[in-house]
Order: sequence, then C-alpha cells, then structure tokens
Amino acid sequence: MPPKRITIRDHTAEANLFARRSVIAMLIIVVALGILISNLYYLQVTRYEDYQTRSNGNRIKVLPVAPNRGLIYDRNGVLLAENKPVFRLEVIPEQQDKIQQTVADLSQLLDISQSDIESFNRELKGQRRFKPVALISNMTQQQVAIFSVNQHKYPGISVEARLKRYYPFGDTLTHVVGYVAKINKRDLQKLEESGQDANYAATYDIGKQGVEKYHETLLHGKVGYQEVEVNSQGRIIRTLKFQPPVPGTDIVLNIDINMQMVAQRALQDNRGSVVVIDPRDGGVIALYSNPSYDPNLFVHGISSKDYRRLLSSADRPLINRATQGQYPPASTIKPLLALAGLNEGVITEKSRVYDPGTYQIKNGPRTWRDYLPWGHGWVNVTKAIEVSCDTFFYDLAYKMGIEKISSSMSAFGFGQFTGIDLYEESDANMPNEGWKRARFNKPWYIGDTIPVGIGQGYWTATPLQLATAVAKLVDRGHSFTPQVIRGQKVDNADDYIVYPPSENYPVDMGDEKYWDIVLDAMYGVVNREGGTAFKAFRKTPYVSAGKTGTAQLIGIAEDEKYDASKIAAHLRDNAMYVGYAPYENPEMVVTVVVENAGHGGSQAAPVARALMDYHFHEQEEQK
Amino acid sequence: MVRNKLNPNEQTPLARAHIDGWLLLGLAVLMSVGLAVIYSAGGQNMDLIYRQLLRLGFALLVMVVMAQVPPMAYRRVSIYFYLVGIAMLVAVLVIGTIGKGAQRWLDLGFMRFQPSEIMKLAVPMMVAWYISRFNLPPKIQHVFIGFVLVTIPTLLIAKQPDLGTSLLIASSGIFVIFLAGMSWKLLGSLAVMGSAFAPIMWFFLMQDYQKQRVLTFLNPESDPLNSGYHIIQSQIAIGSGGLQGKGWLQGTQSQLEFLPERHTDFIFSVFSEEFGLIGILLLLSLYLFIIFRGMLIAMRAQDAYSKLLAGSITLTFFVYVFVNMGMVSGILPVVGVPLPLVSYGGTSMVTLMAGFGILMAIGTQKRLLSRE
Repeated sequence: MPPKRITIRDHTAEANLFARRSVIAMLIIVVALGILISNLYYLQVTRYEDYQTRSNGNRIKVLPVAPNRGLIYDRNGVLLAENKPVFRLEVIPEQQDKIQQTVADLSQLLDISQSDIESFNRELKGQRRFKPVALISNMTQQQVAIFSVNQHKYPGISVEARLKRYYPFGDTLTHVVGYVAKINKRDLQKLEESGQDANYAATYDIGKQGVEKYHETLLHGKVGYQEVEVNSQGRIIRTLKFQPPVPGTDIVLNIDINMQMVAQRALQDNRGSVVVIDPRDGGVIALYSNPSYDPNLFVHGISSKDYRRLLSSADRPLINRATQGQYPPASTIKPLLALAGLNEGVITEKSRVYDPGTYQIKNGPRTWRDYLPWGHGWVNVTKAIEVSCDTFFYDLAYKMGIEKISSSMSAFGFGQFTGIDLYEESDANMPNEGWKRARFNKPWYIGDTIPVGIGQGYWTATPLQLATAVAKLVDRGHSFTPQVIRGQKVDNADDYIVYPPSENYPVDMGDEKYWDIVLDAMYGVVNREGGTAFKAFRKTPYVSAGKTGTAQLIGIAEDEKYDASKIAAHLRDNAMYVGYAPYENPEMVVTVVVENAGHGGSQAAPVARALMDYHFHEQEEQK
Repeated sequence: MVRNKLNPNEQTPLARAHIDGWLLLGLAVLMSVGLAVIYSAGGQNMDLIYRQLLRLGFALLVMVVMAQVPPMAYRRVSIYFYLVGIAMLVAVLVIGTIGKGAQRWLDLGFMRFQPSEIMKLAVPMMVAWYISRFNLPPKIQHVFIGFVLVTIPTLLIAKQPDLGTSLLIASSGIFVIFLAGMSWKLLGSLAVMGSAFAPIMWFFLMQDYQKQRVLTFLNPESDPLNSGYHIIQSQIAIGSGGLQGKGWLQGTQSQLEFLPERHTDFIFSVFSEEFGLIGILLLLSLYLFIIFRGMLIAMRAQDAYSKLLAGSITLTFFVYVFVNMGMVSGILPVVGVPLPLVSYGGTSMVTLMAGFGILMAIGTQKRLLSRE
C-alpha cells in the first residue's frame, strides 16, 4: 500500500520541530547527568571518609603477633623453662573436603600416633573451620622431610614452626614451676573478664600451674601487631606496619635446682614432700612433692589415657603435697606450743611433769598414751622437747585450753595461707571452739584439746606452713612471706634485679628467754644424747637444730576419702622432721614429710640431713 | 542554507573519507582512556590491552566502512534489515528453548553472533523509516504502529533474557518517535501505561535472577555477601576515590580484587576510585562532547529519516553511559550494560562504532542526498 500524500511536507517546520525536540532531549540529558553527578558527589565527597574507612577495612587486616614467653632460671642461672621450636603439622579444616580420608592417608605416610589423631579429632570439633588444627603436635625431622616432599598433594595442610615451652628438668620441678598448656574456654573467659583477651590474641598457651600460672602476667609479655594488606581472597600482599611484641620477662627463682634434685633423690619412691626456705628472706630454695610427673606431657596436650592414669593414681601425683597436703603436724609443733605455754605462764622453765606412759585428766574417764609405753619419768620443758614427751604436752594443752593454743598458733601462721606465690595452696586447719561448732555443730570437749597438744586431733598443717612457722621461731618472731620468685632479668644481662622480700607481721612472745629455752631444746633434739634426731645428724660438719614428728594417721591429702580397703596400706605413721641450720644465724629451714614411713627421727630426719649436707658441702666448695 | 566546515567544497582529507574529525577525536580520546583503565583494572595485563586494541581497530574499520554508505541506502534497506533481525531473534528463541538459561547467540556454522546487536541499529532505522514516510509530527496511528515496531523486538530480546539490551533497543525506538514530535499528551499516557506494564514485566517476563538484581538494587545491604556484594564493593570503590582519586594503578578496591567485573561492566568504579570526582567530570565532559556533536549532526541533517536516525543513535549512546554509571553507583539496578568504548569487550563496541559510522555518513554526505 503506497503512502498517500495529502499535505505537502513543510521541511522548515519539521526541522524546527526536530530542533525543539533535540533541545528538550539535551535538557533531559543535562538533568539526568545532574542526578548522576549529585549521587557521585554524595558518594565521593559527602560520605568520602565513610567509604575510605570501609575501603581500608577491606584491604587492611591487623594480625596479632605473639610475644615470646619469659624464661625461668634458678637462683644460680640454670634454665628451668625454655622455649623450643617445635614443628607442627597443621590442617585448616575448611580447605579439606574429605578430612578423615586425608588424615588416614597422612597417618600412613607419616606414621602418626593414635594419640595425635585422637587429640586432633577432639580439637576439630571445638574449633572454627578456618583456624588451623594440629594433626601432629611435635614432628620429627624425618616426618618434616617426608611431608615436605608430598606437600603439593595436601592443600590446606602445612608444617608450622612454633615456639613451645620445654621443661628440661621434667618431673623434678613440676609442682613449683608448673606448666603451660593450650588456652581453653575457661581461660579465655577469665581473660575476657580481666580485659586481657586482646593481649592473648596470638598466644596459644597459658600458665596452668605453679609459677607459670602465678606469674603469668610477668612471663607472657605484650602482644605485637602486624598490619598487612590483603586481597579479596585474604592473601597477604605486603606488610604495612609492624609493632613488635614485647617479650615476657625472664624471671629468676629462689629455687636451687641441685637442692631440688637432692630432695627428689632423698625421697626415693616414698610419697612425701620437702620444703627448704631461707629464713633470712623467705626464699623457697626447694619445694618438692613426690611422686611427681612430667610437665612436658601437658604442653603438647596430654592424651586422655595418660591423664586418666595420673588422675586415678592412688599416689595422687597431681597434688602438691608441700603446699596442699594437710597433715597432722604431730610432735613437730611441740617447740611452738612450749613457747606459747611459757609466754602464757602455763609452764615455766622449771615446771616438771611426771610421765608414767599415759596421761589422764583428774578423775577423767579417758587416758591418752605416750608413745613410750613406760613413760619418760620426770621431764621439764627442754627434756620434753628433746625426747618428744607426749604427756608433758597433753598436760600443757589441758592447762592452756584450745582458745589460747589456737590464737597463739595462728600467730605462727597455722590455719592460714602463707602467701606463697603459688595458687596451689591449702590453709589446712587450726581448730578452736567456734570452728567445731561451725563445722560439726557440736561443742568443743576437753577431750578434743588433749591430742592438739601433740599436733594431732583436728589440727592439720601443710609442710609449707610448718616451714614458715619454724622460720618465725628461729628468727624470734620475725619472718618473710615465702617466695618462689627471686627477681627478674633486665635486658638479657647475666645479672638480675632481686625483689625485696615482704616481711610478715612479727609474732610477739614476750621474754627473749622463752625463745632461748625452746631453741636450745631444738638444739638438744639433734645434738644431745637421747635427742630424737641425735642419731640422724651424728657427726655433721655443721650445727643444726630441729624437731622430729611421727604422725598417727587419719588422712593425708585434703581430698582423700576415708576408704576402709586402703586404710590397711596407709595405716603406718607419717614420718616428719622440721629443722634448721646452722644453729646460729640459720640459712635454711627444712620440712620433710614421708608418708607412712614410720618414725620421723629415722625416716624423715635423714632426708633433711641430705639437704643440709648438700647445702654446706656446696658452701665449702665455693670457698 | 547553512554553510559550515562540513561543506564538501572545502574538503579536508578526513571529510573526503566521510569522517567527522571532531567526533573521531572524541571517540579516540575515550578509547585511550578506556585502554588506560583496562590496563589498571586487568592487573596490568598487556594481553588484555592487545586484544582490546585489536577490537578497537576492527570497530574503527567498521565505522569507516559504514561512513561510506550513503544515508539513502540505509533508508532503503531499513525494512529488510529489520525483518531479517526479527527472524533471527525468533530463531534464537526457538533454538534457545533447547539450551538452558540465557540464549543470545546464533550459531551460523562459520560464526556466532548476537542478533540483538543487529536490532540496536535495525530498530531505529525501521522506526525512522516508517515515521519519516509521513509528515511530522506523526499522527496517533503512526505512533501506535511505531510502538508496535519497537515492542516486538524488545519483548523478543527481553525473553532471551537480556534486559540491558532490550532496554537500549526500546529506548532507541522511542527516541525516534519522540524526536519526530509525538504529542506530549500521548507521551504522558504512555508513561502511565508504562508504569502499568511494570508489574506485568515483574510477574511474567523477568527471570528470578533479574528480580533478585532489582531487589538488591533497592537494598544492597540486605545481602552484603552475595547479591549485594558487587554493588557495595562498587560504591566503596567510588566513594573512597574521593575528589581526586587514589591515582592510576593505585585503586586498592580494584588492584586487590575486591571489585567484581573490574574491566567490563564495573570499569567505571575503577575509574572513579583512581581518578575521583574530578576525573569523572572530565570523563562526562568527553561523553557530552560526543553527544553534542552527534546532536549537531542530527540537527544539520537535511531529511527527516537522517535526522531521526542520527538523533536516536546519539541519545541511545547517552543511555549506555547513564545506565552503566547509574548501575555501578547504585541509582539503577544492575542490568549488564557496559560503559561505551571504555569497558573491555567487543560485541557491543562494534555495533556502537557502526552507529557512529552511520552518524558520520549522515554528517558528511548530506549534500549527496536527494531532496524529497
């Protein structure tokens, strides 16, 4: 159909129409560009800083860098805890599809132990998918070599070198130095509560026991930061800024590792503990609990089998007997009670008691036996301490009464924390009337007081409490809080800063003469014929003093339950000894407890002698 | 009678070759800017540059060839061009039902090409041919037929589905009708009809992924890691460029690969990040220069067909620019329209340069046209 042309085309009019429409179109374009530009202005000028921040947030990631943990030295500069590079085989779970298949392949290739696989699977469950999990926590050189060759087959799996704590002396120091282990949920919660979680952003291990735990803040150091530029895949392109971490402080302990080893050897296979402190500054020279265990097991994540073995052992190696073991102090506290009795005027230097082998309150229904069935005859206070006469002290306790005993013994630190720099400490028990009522809702009977006179009954004490009490005694009321830490190193120098010791509130026991009487009696225990430790310390090149103890057993550790089947094996007495040397100007106070070994004089005193012998032998060598 | 530099009586070598010097200058500068940004966005990969140079060379060749054809010839082939295009679109749809997803390509055995590209030129040619047969302004029935001519290919392409291209084709046809002088009343009622059509499009024509794009456009932060990721990263790139930009090759969003589709659809984000608002204003001036030049050619054209076709080609070029910049800066949904002559990629560039070839033909050969 051909178009009909009715009108003649007016080209000028059409051109004008087109021009008008073109101008309108151009105007629309200008308006549209205006909208576009105002939006770009909004993005690039109004919200510039916001988008710049977000752009930087995209590309800049801050990675925390863990500080190196401070080293631990003994007082002579021997390294007790160090950081060793350890090679770990790490798996990033999200980069592995068939993780169990891969693990099976690798365990064939690298001969991975079952316990490693076990702990890997345990950790895998609780870990976020993009965080690496260790498949082998401690690779051998051979494993590293074999894996390196096959690495290309295992994307997302790599060998990482990391510094791990290593305790070269193993079980010798476990209860003092403690150990570090992987930060767990509870640790993390505590860190968050104390606002320390940022400081631990790159840290894997934290102190769990002993000095490692108590001085965690000192040892840990301060986290560093690395500001890196990453691309959209998270790959690091370059480092923009590096704020190095501040390494943890190297610390020096009062511990003498050799003394510690002497203690370990002297205790042999016996359950028991040794505490050696320096009465001049409260320094803990040795603190050993037997049996012990290897702390290095915990550093790499102890297998559940090993842990169960430690936990269920009848010897309870996990307990620090020196600070947590609650023992009846037995005869070791007799000098202290004598001092309190003299001070209270209950006895005098001259008062005598006749010991027929038993003690009976006038017209009382019950008798208490002296350990010597035929009795010691007439004894004064000095003799009573030297031969450890029970009857004398039954009588003294009866005359003093529990409240006076309790308050005077509390002044020596019984029933209280010593304040040692270890969290694993018990305050044991110094009984009195109020305590019994609160504990058993029963009145205090006079019959409860009598055994307290020989350190039995409700009275319990830790070996460390005994040591600090003796330290107070030898310094006539003055003493220092026991300290494991001695000082800290500065700038890698060989020398170190010694922390000032912190002095305890002095014990006020009146007349100097009372102290003389008691200390002289302790001298007698060791140095006079008939003294209970006379044989043990025969012919020492130094002069020491002390007191033996033989505790009738009720229980030992705080968490040990009464168990009829075990009682038979545990029936034997605990052998105990407290002592100090030299007699004049003492340099060391020693407490020894040997569980179920028998007499203190024959079983515990030789251990104390071994320690003193070592101390004075070393001193001789140095001269 | 207007006398001007384009007068063949004062011919320069360029004019003799039917090349518009100013337009060529604008296009060349734009292409060079594009190469610089592609170099940065592509991680300084010279391979990309060589391939883009090859395409640009081919596109320029097409432009020169197209410029030699007299506008009269275009007018004569308009209807056949259009019909062949429609036939191929139908063919694509029929074959497309066999394959899955978007089917835009037609395989002729020896080469593959997109019929929708042909329609970018065929639609304005056809509508201009039809409208210019009658006196302007067009009567309502001619406008109606014109719209039918636009709607058929638009729907066919939208069905492929290729929303970006169908949008460009629809606007190219509508520009012809608008420039022809369609009455404002009609335009108003059309706008009303258009808004009525939107829900129909939503429910019957748009694919799920397209709906998702629109939803993401309305609120990109609703799904920042998936569908909203592109637009958020793009806005961060643009915004962090600030007034002066981070400098060439210094855009962290692009260099560190946070931006998607860096050298193709989102190249404007790269440009904005590295050259800032000042750079953008310069780039927009360049585009405006080209558009002004195109409109000037259209206004100077001597017959209605040439005017309408030249005007439509020029305005459609602006639509490219506006839609692309609008979508990467977040004021339009992401519809997959490249930044003309800057984005990496060949298909649409060849069509664009063919369009500029026609524009140059109209601009330089008007004297050769017979007056009707």
